[in-house]
Amino acid sequence: MKSIIETYRLPLYSLLLLLGAAWFWLSAAPMGSTTAGEIPAPQEGFLAPHFTLDTLSGDIVTLSELHGTPVLINLWASWCGPCRAEMPAMQRIHERYGDQFTILAVNATNQDNPNAAAAFVSEHGLSFPILLDHDGSVSAQYQLRSLPTSFFVNREGIIEEVVIGGPMSEALLQTRVERLIEEVP
Amino acid sequence: MLPILQIGPFAMQTPGLAVLLGIWLGLTLAERLAPRFGANANHIYNLTFTALLAGILGARLSFVLQFPQAFITSPLSLISLNPALLDPIGGAVIGAFAALIYGNRKKLPLWSTLDALTPLLAVAAIAIGLSHFASGDAFGMPTDLPWGINLWGLKRHPSQIYEVISAILVLWAILPKKRGPSKRGSVVSGRTFWHFLSLSAGARLFLEGFRGDSLTLDNGLRVVQIVAWVVLAASLWMLHKRQNVEGRSS
Repeated sequence: MKSIIETYRLPLYSLLLLLGAAWFWLSAAPMGSTTAGEIPAPQEGFLAPHFTLDTLSGDIVTLSELHGTPVLINLWASWCGPCRAEMPAMQRIHERYGDQFTILAVNATNQDNPNAAAAFVSEHGLSFPILLDHDGSVSAQYQLRSLPTSFFVNREGIIEEVVIGGPMSEALLQTRVERLIEEVP
Repeated sequence: MLPILQIGPFAMQTPGLAVLLGIWLGLTLAERLAPRFGANANHIYNLTFTALLAGILGARLSFVLQFPQAFITSPLSLISLNPALLDPIGGAVIGAFAALIYGNRKKLPLWSTLDALTPLLAVAAIAIGLSHFASGDAFGMPTDLPWGINLWGLKRHPSQIYEVISAILVLWAILPKKRGPSKRGSVVSGRTFWHFLSLSAGARLFLEGFRGDSLTLDNGLRVVQIVAWVVLAASLWMLHKRQNVEGRSS
């Protein structure tokens, strides 16, 4: 003997589809519920957390002042092998796209030797800003768990991609940077 | 949230680790259950391995074809281990195509092979939910409910946990309950696969409503829900057809 479900299979399936359609109308996203761009958090789709830091050359950099320019925030330390390995590629990208794109290499100074960091920068002739996170506050804001960690930030200050670990290859950097530059605000 | 598992000097990315473990456990389960679906365990293993290998190589190839200039500038990036240089859609298409070719050459029956692969897909779905939990991706909408979790600056629906629970329930629903070879190994097989697809699409349709990162249309409708509804309709139709065939044959 057929079960009730077997007997009324098609009407049941139709009812399921109707309920499904009703649910996607009912659960349509209210304005602002899926756009996280107003909230600062170190995650794709969120506003890159604000910071102001000194640089190795004695300048002061404030992230919010770079609004309108795509930015790569790279958290690194001089003792970290993958961080050292990806820096030459970052320098080449800086030389190629530096007028349309900014690299901020934030040294996790609270867990690094500033002299070793300066020596590494000098040895490799890095010309993009090297920021010093003396008290680890930026590392904490960006929930740093592994070095290096990179945040690709668009012109509106929204994080578009987080790359944990490294080294990032030059092709990866180039594809991401070109995409950020080509995006129309 | 635990995106990195630090063991001594090694920092392992837990989301990737969860997916790898899921594929391994899922494949083990699929191999074990293959005879119950009238399929050969070795064929299931080889088919999966072929699809995965072709999928990974295809994903890199597809990425290179989309951004050739980046690889002309930096040819060594071709062999970079970074998964960010993979195109997942291109990889899925090429992996599926490789599986089709393998299945065709070995003359594998379509429906019982799909049935036998279903436990692998169901375990992989659990692993994907766990990987989202580890990375904090696929996060939920803000909520005041007592089981909300603090994530990315707000109390949110634990959408990753919903995802894992629903995937476990789907796995439980599709696993054969009786011992011995299943009747599904006959020409009317395919039911388990469509059953899995309809349950998974239904779960996605429901749970997407709690997500805080949905891609939406101008009127607020969530794109994934629309796709899930279409998949649900198609899989219910196929389930109906397979059940009719099964009814006639019995």
